[in-house]
Amino acid sequence: MDAAAPLFRMEGVSKRYGGVRALEDAELTVHGGRVHAILGENGAGKSTLIKVMAGVVAPDKGRMTLEGTDVSFPDPAAANRAGVVCIFQELSLIPDLSVADNIVISNPPKRFGLIDRRAQRRIAEDALARAGGEDIHPLAPVKDLPLSRRQIVEIAKALARKPRILILDEATSALTAADVTTVFEVLKRLRAEGLALLYISHRMHEIAEIADDCTVFRNGRSVATYQAGTKSDNEVVEMMIGREYSHAFPAKSAPAADEKPPVLEVRNLSWGQRLRDISLTVRAGEVVGLGGLDGQGQRELLLALFGVTKGLTGDILIDGKKKTIASPRAAKSRRIGMALIPEDRKTEGLMLAMAVGANLSFAALDRLSHWGIIDRDGERKSIDEVIRLLAIRTAGLDVPVASLSGGNQQKVVIAKWLMVAPRIILLNDPTRGIDVGTKQEIYQLLRKLAGSGAAILFYSTDYSELIGCCNRVLVIYDGAVRRTLEGAEITERALVASALNIASEPAKADA
Amino acid sequence: MRDWRYTLAAQRGTLIALGLFMGLFALYVAKHPAGFTANVVQTAANKGAILAFVAMAQTFVVLTAGIDLSAGMTFTFTNCLGSYIVAGSTPTALLGCLGVLVAGSVCGMLNGLIVIYGRLQPIVTTVATGSIYYGLALWLRPQPGNSDNFNSDIADLMTGKTFGVVPSALVVLLAVVLVVWVPFRRSTMGRAVYATGSSEVAAYMSGVPTQQAKFWAYALSGLLASVGGLYLSFITYSGEANFANGGAYTLYSIAAVVLGGVSLFGGVGSAIGAIFGALAFRTIGDLMFVFELDPLFQPLFQGVVLLLAVCVGAARLFRIRNRLDLFA
Repeated sequence: MDAAAPLFRMEGVSKRYGGVRALEDAELTVHGGRVHAILGENGAGKSTLIKVMAGVVAPDKGRMTLEGTDVSFPDPAAANRAGVVCIFQELSLIPDLSVADNIVISNPPKRFGLIDRRAQRRIAEDALARAGGEDIHPLAPVKDLPLSRRQIVEIAKALARKPRILILDEATSALTAADVTTVFEVLKRLRAEGLALLYISHRMHEIAEIADDCTVFRNGRSVATYQAGTKSDNEVVEMMIGREYSHAFPAKSAPAADEKPPVLEVRNLSWGQRLRDISLTVRAGEVVGLGGLDGQGQRELLLALFGVTKGLTGDILIDGKKKTIASPRAAKSRRIGMALIPEDRKTEGLMLAMAVGANLSFAALDRLSHWGIIDRDGERKSIDEVIRLLAIRTAGLDVPVASLSGGNQQKVVIAKWLMVAPRIILLNDPTRGIDVGTKQEIYQLLRKLAGSGAAILFYSTDYSELIGCCNRVLVIYDGAVRRTLEGAEITERALVASALNIASEPAKADA
Repeated sequence: MRDWRYTLAAQRGTLIALGLFMGLFALYVAKHPAGFTANVVQTAANKGAILAFVAMAQTFVVLTAGIDLSAGMTFTFTNCLGSYIVAGSTPTALLGCLGVLVAGSVCGMLNGLIVIYGRLQPIVTTVATGSIYYGLALWLRPQPGNSDNFNSDIADLMTGKTFGVVPSALVVLLAVVLVVWVPFRRSTMGRAVYATGSSEVAAYMSGVPTQQAKFWAYALSGLLASVGGLYLSFITYSGEANFANGGAYTLYSIAAVVLGGVSLFGGVGSAIGAIFGALAFRTIGDLMFVFELDPLFQPLFQGVVLLLAVCVGAARLFRIRNRLDLFA
């Protein structure tokens, strides 16, 4: 690290969301003319750190200094004015406006009080040229551009704001290899111009190529800062893991060792650029985990299996027979017997304003009714059953589901799907944002369901859950299965290393 | 070099509305017993202009991805107010005109403040405030009427023919476009309105003043609705608190913006398109007359045309690959 005074410093910054500590006493020192990489696994505090720096969230405590003077950013505009500009992942472009409109959005050039379109055009062309996007027409609407070009526009937009600190949050995740090369040339030039670059990426080889300094985050704390190239990949992984295991997991049971075909089998499933050639099997009684960093295609895979996506290629086999699943309705039919516990219970899982009882029986209504008339007694009986099974704590069946705690809401989502007695259960990060006690109950339940012959595909961003619950874990990277871990191989070290797509652990590595 | 293609694509909705209007209007004058004469055009322009103003009002709010169900009632209220205060000598009457416009803007600002700070949905807010504005109108004019010294000189000037040929309604419409719409479209505030309607999260993250943008969109909406109300006073010399008429203008203004290529999802379209949408919508009604069809079929016929236009706009849904995007 050079001796020059730091451009930006963050000391003792903490942020809590409810009971969850997202950042705790975070420290960061950024110098001009250097690329500073931020590393850490899911939920380590990287995105909160960026949001604090970019003025999106206010920290609970701590101080930030820019060139030695204290600063605070009440909103993104304030951060921009101070020269801190963040490139979010495909979040900040306005789809219906043109490329040029987007590039100057926060501060359009003006003449006689009105926007000067010629100056705007000039600024946009300059910025696009600096960002390596000379081929993008400034008048093209952003919504018509492919993802990789949009990312270039994002960078051009950031440059047009004359940043002193440029934050790139997974800025290359949507780019092709050729585009990444272009972007890196741009970044190196900006570094030479004296900008400070904060680079968040899960691609270790990119970090190795471009970073000067690295800071590792774990559990919301900055645990180490070192000069790039002074630590091996293994040492880096070592610093990223080390989370305490606070949950007790039920004992794993092996799937029945019979000759029956797997309940769910997927062969060479692809969907555009998001899913690439995925093959997997889930047997009765087995819990198969989906690992990897957040947003690598796990959610898309579950949605594809559940019949939500169009234009899939590849085969889905149920009990060894090829099936087409055209919609969620088809997926839950007796023919397939599939259930998906969605990620966002508030929008995809529950009708928040409706009663607990009504929510519980929604998915199973066709089974509980005759000729379109709901069998009230039958409904009541099945509801009582699942409420007892999952120990849902509610003041009654008629209270709106919105009045329950987060953990109990999640139980309602799960219970609702158990009422259709599914044989294949897909779970999309079901324990996000719920309390430890409920988590334990969900783990128990998963095992119980597996024990009674269900095939379970379980995506979680919490690695300890994958380790504690799964018979096998498929690590997804960039829409493809990167590695399969089985039994004792499922360790945090192996999960982190394969999630980052680096080959650590020379022993008993590739399955 | 290919600039014109992008410009053309961006104006597609407006151009389609223009084409639709021209086609319908050509049919209308061709069938009209009097043909393409100044009087025929003037009558059509006067009727069309009123809806065009209310449609412009609707456009501002729809661009923010909201909807203004009070537009027709603001229009009715300002019409009633105009029938009182556009009176006396010409200077006093002009001051009265200004008063009407200020009153309309205040109605719009109130909508904006409730939507922004009350965090209520635009649809609920404007149903409620629309009822209030209608209540005010009814209080002003329990029966239709005008003030004894209503200034009909200004009214005639605004609704007659400029230089003896051009309908004044079109001149006024053009003036409003030049004074209100063009500067809006080229101001930072205008761009903020488009950005907010297109993606509020992205706009906020880009440091766009989204709340101010909404406020001014609603304020301009109120202003334009009062231009319509004022113009109705000019045509009729009077004010009438007609509930059915106010409601019809609200709904027709929504139909007009949709025909004019303004997206109800926000962020796309222009008031110019909405004007042609309004004129086209009016012409549909007039066509019934020249083709000697039973006027009772007018709503049915207008509905069918509107539905067809909306279907064309929904064609994008065929390209969606993730069904969850259908609900986004």
